[in-house]
Amino acid sequence: MQITFKLFATLMRFLPKEAKRNVVNLDVADMTTPNDLISQYNLPPKEVHLVLVNGVYLYESDRNKPLKNNDALAIWPPVAGG
Amino acid sequence: MTWARKILRVNLTSGTVKEEALNMEWAADYIGQRGLGTRYLVEETDPKCDALGPDNKLIFATGPLTGTTVSTGGRYSVITKSPLTGAIACSNSGGFIGAELKSAGWDMIIFEGKSSSPVYLHVQNEVAKLVSAEDLWGKSVWETDKLLHEKHKDPQTRIAAVGRSAESGCLYAAVINDLHRAAGRSGVGTVMASKNLKALVVRGTRGVGNIKDPVRFMNSVAEQKQVLAENAVTGQGLPALGTQVLMNVINEVGALPSRNMQDNQFDGAGNISGEAMLEPRASDGKPNLTTNAACFGCTIACGRISTIDKTHFSVENKPEYWGNSGGLEYEAAWAMGADTGVDDLDAITYTNFVCNEDGFDPISFGATVAAAMELFELGAITTDQTDGVELKFGSAKALTWCADQVATGAGFGRDLGLGSKRLCEKYGHPDLSMTVKGQEFPAYDPRGIQGMGLTYATSNRGACHLRSYTVASEILGIPEKTDPLVSEGKAGLVKAFQDATAAVDSMGICVFTTFAWTLDNMAPQIDAACEGDWTVERLGEAGERIWNLERDYNNKAGMTGADDTLPKRLLKDAAKTGPAEGRVCDLDKMLPEYYELRGWTSGGEVTDDIRQKLSLPA
Repeated sequence: MQITFKLFATLMRFLPKEAKRNVVNLDVADMTTPNDLISQYNLPPKEVHLVLVNGVYLYESDRNKPLKNNDALAIWPPVAGG
Repeated sequence: MTWARKILRVNLTSGTVKEEALNMEWAADYIGQRGLGTRYLVEETDPKCDALGPDNKLIFATGPLTGTTVSTGGRYSVITKSPLTGAIACSNSGGFIGAELKSAGWDMIIFEGKSSSPVYLHVQNEVAKLVSAEDLWGKSVWETDKLLHEKHKDPQTRIAAVGRSAESGCLYAAVINDLHRAAGRSGVGTVMASKNLKALVVRGTRGVGNIKDPVRFMNSVAEQKQVLAENAVTGQGLPALGTQVLMNVINEVGALPSRNMQDNQFDGAGNISGEAMLEPRASDGKPNLTTNAACFGCTIACGRISTIDKTHFSVENKPEYWGNSGGLEYEAAWAMGADTGVDDLDAITYTNFVCNEDGFDPISFGATVAAAMELFELGAITTDQTDGVELKFGSAKALTWCADQVATGAGFGRDLGLGSKRLCEKYGHPDLSMTVKGQEFPAYDPRGIQGMGLTYATSNRGACHLRSYTVASEILGIPEKTDPLVSEGKAGLVKAFQDATAAVDSMGICVFTTFAWTLDNMAPQIDAACEGDWTVERLGEAGERIWNLERDYNNKAGMTGADDTLPKRLLKDAAKTGPAEGRVCDLDKMLPEYYELRGWTSGGEVTDDIRQKLSLPA
């Protein structure tokens, strides 16, 4: 299935070379979860804070649930501003 | 004690300057800066006074921790009645002049009356005098700063000034200090210019001492700086990407207003984000961001120092803008970018420079331009008003033209300088103004972040994110995550943020510390520094007292619960995209509970019981 994978802020360094700015489109196996991709791209657990699927926050307990085709997974380290 | 215990009272009508003792009973109840300055304003002015008349006063106030070694301890606030809203105005700034004023031996300056001709105040430690500013009137903040530095021949002199926008009556003019730090909101610069006061020039060499328990203070300060350094937000995120890291976050969650809040997401967000500011540009290989920067005593250093591409249309014939200057913060980038539909990073960096150069609030400016663009697209404003400029959403050239006009008050700049509320009323569409109490919204759509709707509606200075930043909890998970689309429980959250923030703003430190600190981290520092026992509970109670004092001022100025509302667009027109699709802001569900938690009447008025409980003035 196809998903859009986005890494922001200091996590940008983990994006693959083919990424455009913060975004890369991935072809992943069915039943792939956010945690699978977090592991696959070697994201340090302490830097994985905001995990959004289609803009909706995923609590840690929900990050092992499979993604769906055309989902957008976006991840940030702890950030703030204002 | 770290209060200097001295006030400078400057009567601009008579030209006199005199020293007064600080009211320490009030300091015990209102701490300093925002709280104590408001206490003086309440005591000395009629809330119904003309904000731009001589009866209004303009107060520059530091906090007890300003000028100390506490991290971020360089803050000051400007307190007055706002000409934009008619409510209390209190605008907070960093940079260096706050600490300099404290080091000169002053907690506060109260300007009253109106000078018959332009003047500036020169403070050199205990000596303060008014000096003619005839030669500075009509000059930008940056020119004024340069001339005053040349005149006073001390590079460490710190200067706050108003620019040509304030002189021409722009209702959201700012006080700019240290070239690009701003007491930005609510038109405090407009009040300063109305008094014919061009600048405040300060040099202080006495330092800030009188620490109650120096050893405990030094240990506590070191310990809490370590907390900031080890926190991912204050130690890594803010220095690296600044507040602009939020542009993509808020867009992703569907709460980034665009096109005068008609939309709640913006396709061009990535082009004007913190991440985009790091990308090398084609023309010279350099990124927009040159470096980060810190205000006095700050160990976070979120400030942005940027350059504009020399080949960009906004500066191609203006080499004076080719150097480094204060870059984009998130709220400014949103207002001048997403809200106007402009995704040209160099264009909004240019307009940000102009906002600093001539001293006006980029949030109110950008949001007013967005309203003007909607009026233009409706045909209510035409090229007859705009010298032929097509004021369309997404037009970077229109945006930069607007900034140049507001900077000097030229032509259509006068209309834009009215702010969104008066502009939309003038052109027959008051519902298109995205304001509360006449002040423009910042960068969060309350349809997608429900708590921010209540925050905006009840903010004592009109729409504002800095009075109760529930975004921290609702979106960013600080201190704990709450659901942004749920309105239940937000009344209590907003009240808690409002009270705590009022205390933080009164101590002399920056609200950005709260991404890592709570009052538990602050209390030991102020307690070691200042006389009296400063506990978390006392700070919280002082925050609640300050909030109610401000509210009481607004009530007495004529505001009621009817003013605690949002534009129809946010209450009736559902969000179009993203997680908030189909939602409006549920203000009607949150507001009654909020009043109840505050102990106010159902009409939003402070009661005698609350006045008595919090020892507020009658």
